[in-house]
Amino acid sequence: MATPPITKPIESPATVITDATCTFCGCVCDDIDITVKDNHITDAKRACVLGKSWFYGHAADDRPDCLIEGQPASVAEGVERAARILTEARYPIVYGLSDTTSEAQRVAVAIGDAIAGTVDTTTSVCHGPSGMAFQGVGEVTCTLGEVANRGDLIIFWGGNPAESHPRHFSKYSLMPKGMFVPNGRKDRTAVGVDVRKTKTAKAMDLFFQIKPRSDFEALWTLRALAKSVEVDPEQVKRDTGIELSRWQDLMDRMKAAKFGVILFGMGLTMTRGKHLNSEALLSLARDMNAFTRFVVKPMRGHGNVTGADNVVTWQTGYPFGVNMSRGYPRFNPGEYTTSDTLARGEADAALLVACDPMANFSQPARERLQSIPYIALDPKETPTTRSAAVAFTTATYGINTPGTVYRMDDVPIYLRPALSSTHPTDLEVLSAIHRRVTELKK
Amino acid sequence: MSSGYFKIAGGTVYDPIHGVDGEVRDIWIRDGQIVEKPSDSNIRPDKTLDASGLVVMPGGVDMHCHIAGPKVNTARKMRPEQKRKAEKVVRTSNTRSGTMGSVPSTFATGYKYAGLGYTTAFDAAIPPLAARHVHEEFEDTPCLDKGFFVLMGNNHFVMESIHRKEPEKLRSFIAWLLGAAKGFTPKVVNPGGVEIWKQLPSGNVHGLDENVAHFDVTPRQIIEQIARAVDALKLPHSVHLHANNLGMPGNWITTLETMKTFGDSRGHLAHIQFHSYGGGEGDENTFNSKVVELVEYVNAHHNLTVDVGQVLFGETTTMTADGPLGYYLSNAFKSKWFSSDTEMESGCGIAPIEYRNTSLVHSLQWAIGLEWYLLAKDPWRVVMSTDHPNGGSFLAYPQIIQLLMDRTYRQDMLKQVHPAVLERSTLADLTREYSLYEICIITRSGPAKILGLTRKGHLGPGADADITIYTPNDDKTKMFELPRAVIKSGVVIVEHGEVREPLTGKLLYVAPEYDTSIESDIAEWFEKYYSIRFRNYPVPLDYLHDREEVACARL
Repeated sequence: MATPPITKPIESPATVITDATCTFCGCVCDDIDITVKDNHITDAKRACVLGKSWFYGHAADDRPDCLIEGQPASVAEGVERAARILTEARYPIVYGLSDTTSEAQRVAVAIGDAIAGTVDTTTSVCHGPSGMAFQGVGEVTCTLGEVANRGDLIIFWGGNPAESHPRHFSKYSLMPKGMFVPNGRKDRTAVGVDVRKTKTAKAMDLFFQIKPRSDFEALWTLRALAKSVEVDPEQVKRDTGIELSRWQDLMDRMKAAKFGVILFGMGLTMTRGKHLNSEALLSLARDMNAFTRFVVKPMRGHGNVTGADNVVTWQTGYPFGVNMSRGYPRFNPGEYTTSDTLARGEADAALLVACDPMANFSQPARERLQSIPYIALDPKETPTTRSAAVAFTTATYGINTPGTVYRMDDVPIYLRPALSSTHPTDLEVLSAIHRRVTELKK
Repeated sequence: MSSGYFKIAGGTVYDPIHGVDGEVRDIWIRDGQIVEKPSDSNIRPDKTLDASGLVVMPGGVDMHCHIAGPKVNTARKMRPEQKRKAEKVVRTSNTRSGTMGSVPSTFATGYKYAGLGYTTAFDAAIPPLAARHVHEEFEDTPCLDKGFFVLMGNNHFVMESIHRKEPEKLRSFIAWLLGAAKGFTPKVVNPGGVEIWKQLPSGNVHGLDENVAHFDVTPRQIIEQIARAVDALKLPHSVHLHANNLGMPGNWITTLETMKTFGDSRGHLAHIQFHSYGGGEGDENTFNSKVVELVEYVNAHHNLTVDVGQVLFGETTTMTADGPLGYYLSNAFKSKWFSSDTEMESGCGIAPIEYRNTSLVHSLQWAIGLEWYLLAKDPWRVVMSTDHPNGGSFLAYPQIIQLLMDRTYRQDMLKQVHPAVLERSTLADLTREYSLYEICIITRSGPAKILGLTRKGHLGPGADADITIYTPNDDKTKMFELPRAVIKSGVVIVEHGEVREPLTGKLLYVAPEYDTSIESDIAEWFEKYYSIRFRNYPVPLDYLHDREEVACARL
């Protein structure tokens, strides 16, 4: 039987991938329904404004898989060149890792070990101080489902989740109707502490606009009040910009809460005091457990920065800033962290995975990076890929590639990719580099 | 022509499962398994390891340790100060670098276990929500076959099923959850107590019949019902229990009651040492050993097994799913404290501590552990463990062996601890010395049998060719800390303490059958309370590295 001639292209039907995961921020929402049509994402149901832009903006780039000194090359050539750069260097560094799967992170750390290099992640420029504070005093924390089911006093300190983690309120911390907070938002008191009135402040029941750089003093005031230590009201007002009576009111509420939660951001960790600020906050949360249940949690930014912390730790024993030049891991933030090894002119080659230091590091660090051979893996063209000796265009994790990511509360979540990509994955490129590096080192 | 055979020739073989007590024998290996000697006498092995004059045992099996997952990894992160001073694990051409201290990095963990002749290890406490994390770490923990126990003693669905008196539903849920996590058996930690910890300041339960608020069940019901469900599912291992009131003076009463609660069900009481204390509540001055009373019950009840949880003196890091215990320890030792509550499932506490031989309490803990080994009549039901790293590191196993095999050494050590131990425990009066045969039982054959691993812990045909060869030495610490060779799946992985071929090892898991109609109930409950989607929770088979399903339906 003759088939009629096709007069118009057949429209491919749309497919929907349910329970897909958004890796844009540390919330790692895994309830997104993605509609794909003609290999394009046309809808990302339940994604926030950031998530939508993540999904819509990640059609695969029409770029070569590999560029050597800016010229198109095969992946194999790129791998060979990358392996040579890394094995010939005296102080090679591996950096980034927070926006790729933990499977790829594991191989990146293996490369760092094989080349006697230094491994560091973007943690060193965001919540690194929280990690150091944690090593000092510990941390009382929980998974986000506990916040949703039990939290009745939620304090946001030095962060602006309304804009940085848009679904945090609705999915985890403020709105959910939970087991012990059945009325959702009505059962919770929301408190903001920050130096400026951000969009987050508007969603709070109470807001404390503290003086810039006074986080430590504010936290120490609360620690004193928790233990009924007398403090000087004038000094408190002078140091923090807030009346003592308001701090006392907050402490009364904290003690009256059944399950208090403090979620903190880089407004705390990256301002004057740094890890001492984090340590003060972690200590406050610990102190509060003498009166009620209280937990604390850093609001992690990148989709899999928590995975990077975990992977680097389980393979080396330390979370970031790890040097293996002596054949075994050593840890020293400030000495082995990337902004420092670059700015001091120590690093002489780099493997940069899913990060853009050329866009956001200090001038001396960028100048150093510009002057040394480095390899960059990124789905997009960035200032970092533009100056790379070898730049690989890789598939985007979560959109094109499967794998594991760790949410900000260490919960591992698997990815359901929606689109295929013509580009290789980070895992594939890193595995090839690892194989070649191992051969060259033998 | 290659025959595919590997022969271990002329070693003095210990294989208690087959009643072999130090007989000179050959062992034939092919395709990673132990096989019969080929009937054709013309067949020559490709490789022969001359073991004459050497001791040959199955590879060691650690049935209760903490080596992977969120709690262990957090403890690694938390203790840079310990690692800096610790032994260095240097990269070689075939091994990865790593760090030691009380919580070694993954690769180091695998190498060091293998270095002691251990080839199988089970992590004792994993919240199923973090199962993927464990599978990832296991793949980076070489030289060992591995499995893990799944935390269920404070799981909300479990408690709700028990409250509603729905044993079939409970059984199906347990089977589903084990399958979802790819775990090995239910672990129950401070049943009910962790949930109360989440609800109240310093919250806990203190007895088996206290009510768990909101869920209206008791610790006793939780233990009883999970134990029954595990038996009904015919899981290879029993329920694995960390009883209530761990570490508290006077807790032996709870422990004895807990033993009785099992009735006819199988039950494994983990780190029993920590649960064998007499004395008034909160009163250190009356602290004493109650091993005699407890061991009598265990000796008489063959459904019960224990691992010891031996304490060794020195610095370590405690880690537990028992949230309130972590808080207690960090306050007692004035140490840094980590706590993390896992939604719907569990808690977690971590605190660095140091056991001192000048301390009455720590000295007694040390003695109580040894009493358990020496007073238990049936070595098949008492297993060597340090509850690594809670009582001490697994690296202390050779020292424990010497304490058990060498009475003079033990008496010398006893002179160095707090003198009150002499009055408050029976240790000074115990003259028993373990034989190599008995050591073989408590370190490999016994735990393999208790775990229901029919291919581990023995050297008969069909066993996995996991074999350790030791050079005999009167100094048992020396003998056991440096095996002559360690063979895993028929491959020499360690020789003279050096790692030769760090095989990845496989995951051991169970897949019990259940009524799948329960899944819609679970899904409805799950979507209401969990912070991830139901569909994203189970770990599919293709996520795993090398793996082996261990069959249920053991008779």
